[in-house]
Amino acid sequence: MNWRAVLAIVRKDLKVVLQNKSVILPIVIIPLVLFGVLPWMVAFAPHLVNIAGVSFNQLEELIARMPSGFQASLAGLNLNQKVIVFFLVYMLAPIFLILPLMVASVIAADSFAGERERKTLEALLYSPTTDRELFLAKLLSAWLPAVGVALVGFLMYAIMANAAGWLVMGRLFFPNLMWLVLVFWVVPAVAGLGLGVMVLVSVRAQGFQDAYQLGSVVVVPVLLLVFGQVSGIMVFSIQVVLLLGLGVWFLNGILLWLGNRTFQRGRLIARV
Amino acid sequence: MNQPVIAITNLTHRFGEHIAVDDLTLEVRSGEIFGFLGHNGAGKTTTIRLLNGLLTPSSGEMRVLRFNPLQDGPALRAHTGVLTETPSLDERLSAYDNLSIFADLYGVAKPEVGRRVEELLEEFELLDRAKEKVAGYSKGMKQRLAIARALLHKPELLFLDEPTAGLDPLAAQHVHDLVLRLAGRDGCTVFLCTHNLTEAERLCDRVAVLDHGRLAALGTPRELTRQFVKRLVVEVDVSEEQVGDCQELLKKHALEAHREKETLLVTLGGREAIPQLAGWLTGSGIRLYRLAAHESDLEEVYFSIHQIRESEK
Repeated sequence: MNWRAVLAIVRKDLKVVLQNKSVILPIVIIPLVLFGVLPWMVAFAPHLVNIAGVSFNQLEELIARMPSGFQASLAGLNLNQKVIVFFLVYMLAPIFLILPLMVASVIAADSFAGERERKTLEALLYSPTTDRELFLAKLLSAWLPAVGVALVGFLMYAIMANAAGWLVMGRLFFPNLMWLVLVFWVVPAVAGLGLGVMVLVSVRAQGFQDAYQLGSVVVVPVLLLVFGQVSGIMVFSIQVVLLLGLGVWFLNGILLWLGNRTFQRGRLIARV
Repeated sequence: MNQPVIAITNLTHRFGEHIAVDDLTLEVRSGEIFGFLGHNGAGKTTTIRLLNGLLTPSSGEMRVLRFNPLQDGPALRAHTGVLTETPSLDERLSAYDNLSIFADLYGVAKPEVGRRVEELLEEFELLDRAKEKVAGYSKGMKQRLAIARALLHKPELLFLDEPTAGLDPLAAQHVHDLVLRLAGRDGCTVFLCTHNLTEAERLCDRVAVLDHGRLAALGTPRELTRQFVKRLVVEVDVSEEQVGDCQELLKKHALEAHREKETLLVTLGGREAIPQLAGWLTGSGIRLYRLAAHESDLEEVYFSIHQIRESEK
């Protein structure tokens, strides 16, 4: 494996991506809103409820429908603390997965379909790299920043959540073990999922926008996870998150195998 | 000079029902500038892609430098440079970044990268604007940068696909000078795809003419002229009062002639007819001041080949 060539392509793609506002804006804005602003809104909610004199009875009912393991994790907390932990620790967990998914998708769309659209792919195909090196470089170009942005987002969220919830919780409460498994096991897998779908979509797409729109269906499973979490059908726990990660890694394997089959010079040059 | 760097035997490539390259056989010698002529869609670009191992041929054999493009594609491409029909530059990056990234890709020794990039930027007169984004460059500058990129690793064999397409005459002249310098100074073999016949005539040692994927002619421009151009136009200057007599004489010998200002343009069957014409004129007492043959150029060769191919269909 010619790692110098692989890293050169990664460097090129990242430099190009950083110049594309359509790529950079969602990568900056979404984490800021989700992980910078949202914790403060949630933390402020109990105070608002107190002011308005409204109770959180519905939340109590919701928690009562959750699995016993989840209820145990909230044991000993008062209602205001339950609101903080319920929303900031559990409800936001599946939403967090949107970040690596979105970053991987948007960069992969730019790296695969965008490269063809800008007519820069041909020079790469004439370089002394193998198809496998080229494919790996393209994968890393999207996967590394997706995982990197997710880690930065996670750190930012950890700081914001603890800061926002401090008055109510009176201690550091985030992250718990489930979140660590989510970040270090599921996030890399989900980034790979966005990437795998985009590789297949990019083969057929006309350009960056086309690929990004077609590939956005990949968010649907994450929305289902959010629904499962809210409804109590599938509440995130360490075991659930471990299994979820395993499933996504398996799916990645299939998608990347298919992607590798389509990523061949002969096919790519025909579409230049 | 005689060692073939490209040897192609019965090479055929099909895209479905369409035959892009049809039973092509030719050799390119080391150090020569080899012109590959043909109209758009004649199969020139497909041939470059086959020779660099990007496409798998439907049938036939090829050997490029010391490599089989099918089995040793990456190793072969480390020794070839390709200027694609569109410059294929990352316009969001600077010229310096475009070159330094490809220097890594082509395995230029790490300590040499900065020096090599600056050397090329200077040679191609881009050093002053090396840090600017390529998007702001003129077409000629982009083309020069793309050629510089193809030369980063000092390739033994350089493929140029329509290197002057869309360039103004001055920029095209610049590219021509570069190609001549490369072949002369660096001993690089150049495989030049073009449909610009003046360019081919000026630069190429030998040319191949491709017609619908088939090799229609191969040789030096002079050889092809002799082989394919059967008609020759000569300019005849005689004294003003003898022009009418001269025209009568030419008519008697069934020669086509027409007057253009002071000169008669006479069409002959070939160069062998020139001494005969001179003999007839001087033998009839006509004072002959000048008799000059128009040198046929590749354009005439090309159209002649095209006519022959059309008549064969």
